Amino acid sequence: MKQLLMGNEAIARGAVEAGIDVATAYPGTPSSEVFMALAKMAPEHGFYAEYSANEKVALEVAAGAAYAGARSIVSMKQVGLNVAADPLMSLAYIGVKGGLVLVVADDPGPHSSQTEQDTRKFGQFAKLPVFNPGTPQEAKDMTLAAFETSEKLGLPVILRPTTRTCHVCQDVEVGEVRKSKKVIRFEKDPKWVIMPKLSYLKHQELNVKYLKAAEMFETSPFNESLIRGNQGIITTGVSYNYVMEALEILGENLSVLKIGTYPIPEKMVTNFLKQMDTVLVVEEQEPVLEDEVIKLAWKNNLRVDISGKHNNDVPREGELDTDKVMAIIRKFLGLPEETVSPVSPPELPLRPPTLCAGCPHRASFYVFKKAVRKMDAIFTGDIGCYTLGNAPPLEALDTCLCMGAGVTQAQGLKRVEPERKLVAFIGDSTFFHTGIPGLINAVYNQTDITVVILDNRTTAMTGFQPHPGLPQTAMGTKEEAIDLEVLVKACGVRNVYKADPYDLEQAQKIAARALEDNGPSVVIMKRECVHLVRPSIRYEVETDKCNNCGVCYKTFGCPALFKEDDGVKIMDDCNGCSVCSQICPSGAIKPVRHS
Amino acid sequence: MVLASRIIAQTAMKNGWQVRTSEIHGMAQRGGAVTSHVRIGKNLFGALIPNGAADILLGFELAETVRGLEKLKAGGKIIANSAKVVPVSVTMGKTKYPDQEILQYLKKQPYDLTLVDAHSLALKAGHYKAVNMVLLGVLAAQKLPFAGDGLLSTALELLPAKLHEVNVKAFYLGKQTGEGYYGHSAAIS
Repeated sequence: MKQLLMGNEAIARGAVEAGIDVATAYPGTPSSEVFMALAKMAPEHGFYAEYSANEKVALEVAAGAAYAGARSIVSMKQVGLNVAADPLMSLAYIGVKGGLVLVVADDPGPHSSQTEQDTRKFGQFAKLPVFNPGTPQEAKDMTLAAFETSEKLGLPVILRPTTRTCHVCQDVEVGEVRKSKKVIRFEKDPKWVIMPKLSYLKHQELNVKYLKAAEMFETSPFNESLIRGNQGIITTGVSYNYVMEALEILGENLSVLKIGTYPIPEKMVTNFLKQMDTVLVVEEQEPVLEDEVIKLAWKNNLRVDISGKHNNDVPREGELDTDKVMAIIRKFLGLPEETVSPVSPPELPLRPPTLCAGCPHRASFYVFKKAVRKMDAIFTGDIGCYTLGNAPPLEALDTCLCMGAGVTQAQGLKRVEPERKLVAFIGDSTFFHTGIPGLINAVYNQTDITVVILDNRTTAMTGFQPHPGLPQTAMGTKEEAIDLEVLVKACGVRNVYKADPYDLEQAQKIAARALEDNGPSVVIMKRECVHLVRPSIRYEVETDKCNNCGVCYKTFGCPALFKEDDGVKIMDDCNGCSVCSQICPSGAIKPVRHS
Repeated sequence: MVLASRIIAQTAMKNGWQVRTSEIHGMAQRGGAVTSHVRIGKNLFGALIPNGAADILLGFELAETVRGLEKLKAGGKIIANSAKVVPVSVTMGKTKYPDQEILQYLKKQPYDLTLVDAHSLALKAGHYKAVNMVLLGVLAAQKLPFAGDGLLSTALELLPAKLHEVNVKAFYLGKQTGEGYYGHSAAIS
C-alpha cells in the first residue's frame, strides 16, 4: 500500500515497522517531524515517546533502553548532535544490545541552521555506520535496515537525511508493523561500565566492527552500480537524484555509482573505479565520499582521473540542485556552457524572515530596547524564533552562537566590559535545554547580567512542541509543569521578575527595575505564542487621527502594519495583541472585531 | 502553501501517479519567502524542479510569483494572486514594492497568465486565510492529470470539519474564476 509521506514521516513509519520500544528527541529543523509523527503513533503502537530536555539527554535515555535490549530511535538536527557528542563518542565504544538508530538531519543550504556541518564526518569521527537516504522511500527502508545493522554489530547507527529528504513528500510503499516480541531486561555486566582499561579493548572492538560494517555494505541494496562506459559519476543521498535527472535532460549515458552507506563498500567502489578513466564525485557538504574514493584509487594504484570538490568543480558550500549538477556535468564532459537568455524582472522586495504579527516577544525586545535607551548595553541572543529579534527594525540582538550561549556569553562580555549592561535573551524551551547551567554559573560567580526568558509556552520555531515547563508531554497530558519562576529561584537568583509583554507600561517598569539590580537578575516575559491562540479582535488605524509618525511600522515593525500612500494600514493577519495601539502617540489605533 | 502542495500531491497519488513535493520549514517560514515544488509523473527522481521545467506556477503573492518564474517552462501557465504581502523591508523604506512594474512585467512574459484577486475572494468566502483554497479552485479549472474537483475532496479530508464551509466556498469562487465564470470582474487581466 502507498501513502503520501514526508521524508521525516517515512522515517517514523520505518521505526514503527521495525517495532521500536522507545523514541526520544529534541526538536530542530529539519528533523522535527520525525518525532512529531512518532509521538502521534505511540499510543496506537504501544511504544514510549518523549521530548527530552536536550539532545544529550535524548540520546542517553535511548541508550539506556537499548542497553536492556529494546529498540530505540532518537532524532535531532545536525547541531543537536554537537550537544549529544559526549554520550555518542563513548556509546560507540560501549555499544548497544537492542537496535539504536540516531536520526541526525543535516541542513545543506542552510535553510534553518547555524552551520552546514556534515554528519557523515561525525560518523567517521565516532566510527559509526551512517545511512544516507535520498528520498522518503529510501529513508523508510533505510530506517529498517539501520535497526538490523545496529543489532548485528551491537553499535548505534546514524541515519542522516538532509533537508531535501526530510521535507520532501513522496508516495511511499509502506510495509507491515512488527510488534516488539523482544525480551527486554538489563543484564548486569562489567561491559556496561566504561573504565580506561576497558575502553582500550572496546576501541579495538570498534575498529573491527567498523571494518565489518564496510564488508556488510558490499551487498547492501542501497549501493548501486550502473556501468555505461568509462566515464562515471559517484554520488550519494539527494545528489543522486540530481545526477540522474541531469543526465536524462542532457541525454548523456554515463556510468553511475550510488553510495547510500558509510563506511563505503570498498570492493564495490574499487571495482567501479577499475572500469573508469574519469570519475566525477557529486555530493553536498564535505568531500566525504570523494576523500574515500581518492583513498581507494591510491591504495589500488588506479590511474583514474577524479574530479569533485578538491579541484573546485563541485561547490563546497550550499546545496546542490539539478541545474547546478547539470552545469557541473557539462564541465566534466567538456560540453559548451548553456547560454541563458537574459530576463530582467523589476527589482523585487527583499523578504527576510521576521517575528510574526502579534508575537508577544517583539514587544519584549521593544521594552528592553527602550529601557536601555540611555545606557551602553549589549543584548546577547539565542536559538529559536527569538533569533529574529536581530531583524530590522528591532535590531535587538547582538549575538547568536548556539543553544544556551546567550546566557553564558553575556557573562564573558561582562567580565571584560564591566561598565556595560548585559542583557541575555533566551526562549523557554531553550532555557530548559541548556540555559539552566549557564544561569547557575552566573549565580555562582555573581556576574551582573539580566537574563530575559521569553516564555511563549511552546517550542515555536520547530512546530510547537511541548517542553518541561508545560503541563503536557509528547504522549498526552500530565498534571505538573515546572514553574520557571520557582526553578529560577532554586538556581539561586534573588531578583526574579515576571511581566506580560502585552502590558507595555508594566513590562517597561519591570525591565527598568531589573536593569538596576546588581548581580544576576531574571525577567520572565510570559505570553503565549500567537499561533496557540485564536484572536477575536484585531486593530484598525483611524486615518484622521494618524499623523504618520511611523513609530508603529518604523520602530516596532509588526509585519501586519504597513504604510501605503494614503496612510498606515493594518492587515488581516493582525492578531489583536494591542501593542501598536499602546505605542501610538496619537491614539489612532483602535480595536475592531475580527472578520 | 505547504498544505496546498500536499493536497495536490495527495490527489495525484489517489489517481495513480508518482508524486514528490518539497517544502520549506523552520526559520525561513517566519515571514520569509517560501517555495513548494510539486512533481507528478512516472519515474521521478528528486523533488526539486529544475529551472524552466514547471508546467504551472501557482503564485500566492504578487512579488513571489515573479521570484518563482525561473522554474516555469516557456508557454507555461501562471495562476497568480494579484494581492501583495508587503515585507518589513518595504515598510522600513529599505526596498520598494514596485507592484505596477511587477504587473506590467508579468503581463509581458510569454506565459498563459491568470491573475486573481484571491485575497478578496477569500474574504468573500469567509476568511482571509482561505487564499490557498481559492487558488486551488482556479487550478482545478485547468487541464490536470486528474479531475479538478478531486482537489477539494482531498482538502476536506485533511481539514477539520469546522473549516469546511469556508474552504468549499473559497474553492468554488476560485474555480468559477478559473472557468471564466465571472469574466473579468473578479479576474484581473
